[in-house]
Amino acid sequence: MSGFEKILPWKGRGVKPRHAGGMPEGGTGCEAAAVRSTVEGLVRPLRRASRATFPYRGGLVAALLASAFLAAPAAAQTVAITGGTVALGDGSEPIQGGTVVIRDGRIVAAGRGVAVPAGAQVVDATGKWVTPGIVAGFSRIGLVEVDAVDATNDVEAGNSPFSAAIDVAPAVNPRASAIAINRAGGVTRAIVAPATARSIFAGQGAVIDLGADMNAVTRARAFQFVEFGEQGSREAGGSRAAMHVLFRNALREARDISRYSGIASGGGAARQARANDQRDLPLEEVPGSNGLLGANVNRPDDVLLTRFDAAALVPVLQGRQLLLVHVERAADILQALSLRKEFPNLRLVLVGVAEGWTVAKDIAAAGVPVIASALTDLPNSFEQLASTQSNIGRMRAAGVRVAIGMIDDEEARQVRLSRQYAGNLVAVARLPGATGLSWGQALEAITSAPAEAVGMGGDFGSLRPGRRADVVVWDGDPLENGSAAEIVLIDGVQQPLSNRQTKLRDRYRTPGEGQLPKAYQK
Amino acid sequence: MALNKLGRLALAAAAAGLAAGCTQDKPRTASTEAPPRTPPKTYSHDPYPSTYRAYPGVLTAITGGTVFDGEGGRFENGTVILADGKVQAVGGPDTPVPEGATRIDARGKWVTPGVIDIHSHLGDYPSPAVEAHSDGNEVTGPVHPDVWAEHSVWPQDPGFTRALANGGVTTLEILPGSANLFGGRSVVLKNVPARTVQQMKFPGAPYGLKMACGENPKRVYGSRNQSPSTRMGNIAVDRATWARAAEYKRKWDNYEKNGGDMPTRDIGMDTLRGVLAGEILVQNHCYRADEMAIVMDMAKEFGYHVAAFHHAVEAYKIADLLKQNGVCAAMWADWWGFKMEAYDGVNENIALVHNAGACAIVHSDDPNGIQRLYQEAAKALAAGRRIGIDIPQEVAWEWLSWNPAKALGIGERTGSLRAGKMGDVVLWNGNPFSVYTRPERVWIDGALMYDSNDPSRRPVSDFELGQPGEGDVK
Repeated sequence: MSGFEKILPWKGRGVKPRHAGGMPEGGTGCEAAAVRSTVEGLVRPLRRASRATFPYRGGLVAALLASAFLAAPAAAQTVAITGGTVALGDGSEPIQGGTVVIRDGRIVAAGRGVAVPAGAQVVDATGKWVTPGIVAGFSRIGLVEVDAVDATNDVEAGNSPFSAAIDVAPAVNPRASAIAINRAGGVTRAIVAPATARSIFAGQGAVIDLGADMNAVTRARAFQFVEFGEQGSREAGGSRAAMHVLFRNALREARDISRYSGIASGGGAARQARANDQRDLPLEEVPGSNGLLGANVNRPDDVLLTRFDAAALVPVLQGRQLLLVHVERAADILQALSLRKEFPNLRLVLVGVAEGWTVAKDIAAAGVPVIASALTDLPNSFEQLASTQSNIGRMRAAGVRVAIGMIDDEEARQVRLSRQYAGNLVAVARLPGATGLSWGQALEAITSAPAEAVGMGGDFGSLRPGRRADVVVWDGDPLENGSAAEIVLIDGVQQPLSNRQTKLRDRYRTPGEGQLPKAYQK
Repeated sequence: MALNKLGRLALAAAAAGLAAGCTQDKPRTASTEAPPRTPPKTYSHDPYPSTYRAYPGVLTAITGGTVFDGEGGRFENGTVILADGKVQAVGGPDTPVPEGATRIDARGKWVTPGVIDIHSHLGDYPSPAVEAHSDGNEVTGPVHPDVWAEHSVWPQDPGFTRALANGGVTTLEILPGSANLFGGRSVVLKNVPARTVQQMKFPGAPYGLKMACGENPKRVYGSRNQSPSTRMGNIAVDRATWARAAEYKRKWDNYEKNGGDMPTRDIGMDTLRGVLAGEILVQNHCYRADEMAIVMDMAKEFGYHVAAFHHAVEAYKIADLLKQNGVCAAMWADWWGFKMEAYDGVNENIALVHNAGACAIVHSDDPNGIQRLYQEAAKALAAGRRIGIDIPQEVAWEWLSWNPAKALGIGERTGSLRAGKMGDVVLWNGNPFSVYTRPERVWIDGALMYDSNDPSRRPVSDFELGQPGEGDVK
């Protein structure tokens, strides 16, 4: 979104929140149902045993919930949240008087008529709402403390020689203020992308959680992000045509480097075998990939990419890593979809997609998921002329799988606004001539839909059995502006909801100093 | 309340200025002594006068809805009568409905004054946000009270129509940006589509002067190795400028009273003289509590008044000082952290300012946010409620219309539903503090300018004609 704080736009560094002309972001998506179902079939063990040693995640959920709700019975492995209005996050409508059962950090069952296991710690959520934690569909959270303070802003690297090889995972700061503040807003996971600076390739993004511990990364290198519209055109030297050449050249250099290193390219069975078990590994650690970066790899003299950048694109080319493509204009959307004719293994996810409703049938036919801005309705740039708040509703009605993301927005600090955006799409459904979402669809767009877009719907994003127990108990309808999170669980562990903002608020609850200055009030 | 008084004074002064502007060869102020034989020639205070006219409306009775009158009053099953462009009556179900009135059934719906955004850049940073449209900051020097936002406003900005249809915005102030200490004059507009900015100008509204403290001016000029490069530099340049303005005002006051040689004309100083005379209201971009306190002292030093601090992310830290000084704070509900001086933002800022008895305003500074100011108020209200500050919805509506109207010096004309005030009204399809609610109809000066059920009442700017999505529900 453009507009706030009207001074010169922050040129150069910054979260590039509001570039004139709209900012491109991409989303990586998992290509297809086949891949998704593979992931969904996977129920991983509770991911980090060490989590229990960190502050705040120290106790079992039961013990902490007890302090909030119960008379503190003994800690139990199993927790049942009962009596609340339960929304699963899978597109279904909310269920009155539902029960959510959690064991060992995973969802066991959720819905109406779910039995409370014997010995379970029971949390009474009567009068409350219970949903999966909010998933930030496209964000920069964890990469920034203060946007305009360069030293704290790891979104883009204008002076780096690298592009596609950039990996945000080690730059994520679990103690960024935005993590705690958005966690208090009910956000539990986020898709985190770098931004471009000197190439159309921004680098590799991650999926993170917003837990109060030092292990934020759920999946490193979950996707590559590429700019494929106005921003991409700028980064490529000034035209979309140049952008297309740059893109094709990059993937060909990736193909060449994989050949020279003896790594098989191509999809099919080989690709599937690699998926899932290697995607979390740094490329150097993937068996058989050492050659990519070795001294014995001879490359032609006329390459444009560094060796690291070319190597980083090999998994994209081979379909082992998602490619999130930021496009807004209808023509650019179609061009992005057609890349698969040339590079059939690409697993695309479209990001932004302001004019998607005008070519929704093509997107649906391609089976490519979309992470879109919810409320963009201005022709902020010439690639967004057809913007409307009906975009997501119309795409979904045409069969496109759509999640809400924050593109050219407050994506480093304000992903907590996702639920307001979702609520607005319910409002849009009531307007004559507009197309919005049902309540259940709107929640899905900020929970399971983004998880599915990055191929992780089987792991988190809904209250279906086997998912990570990222659960929020709200004091009212979570899509309403007046509601707030009361309990936030991540991997079944209750999270602290205090942060700098709540402490400042408490200090200044009454104006004026007391016997001592405010600084003594902590 | 000080603000009230200020608003009225400013309005009266502006009206005087307006009259003077229509007859340029008359002195602006009357002398108490024997006038010179030939009154000194002076300059117009209104050289680009409003040509706004209310569009035709019909006698309208909106009945059966929940009415927030904008001044804290609430009527269930209420009635609002619009006649001749004005609010004719507001009351409960027993309010008489005039013969022949068009009846609007508002049962299950809400009726409020039109939303007023005190901080917008629509038109001076319009959509599309291309370089050719970047007309909000005269970044060629830190002191530019000579530029007027209205000379940049592009009436075809599609953002105006979105603010109307999605936000229920009927009046808005367009400000220059904050690159400069003295950013220039702001202008208050009625949110009607028009060919010229003059056709949008709120008749008789006083001008504002945009000022800025903090990071922006010192960053812009410091990076060029110019002054100001520090916060102390900001205030130093401000004070030097006000000192010159005081001198300018003395010369012109003396000339207009006693005649003699006409002083040299300085377009920027005209604006500052207007501020010192109470005709032009200072709208001051400022984030940090300590800086706001400095600015309020500077205003006392030079004899002017700050109408409102804009952004005011730390207003909650000095809500008591704001109250004492009669200065409003125009705020976002929950923006924080994009820059150092926004680092201490809290969700309760608006509620805390209100609770301290100071004047709280919800503002946007954003072409998207202006479409959801009512939702920002809802977030602020809920944040306050959770810390025990329970403000009724009808009182919180003051943040959206009455308080900004007063801070703009138009509180006697609009901002609340009082008999005789402008018929600026929104009918909402539900409770406007719900995210599920949108404007159903919007009247400006009694004329129906938007109707969600009638595509012929949905404006389309020239820019969007013939483009993909022309006339769509946005």
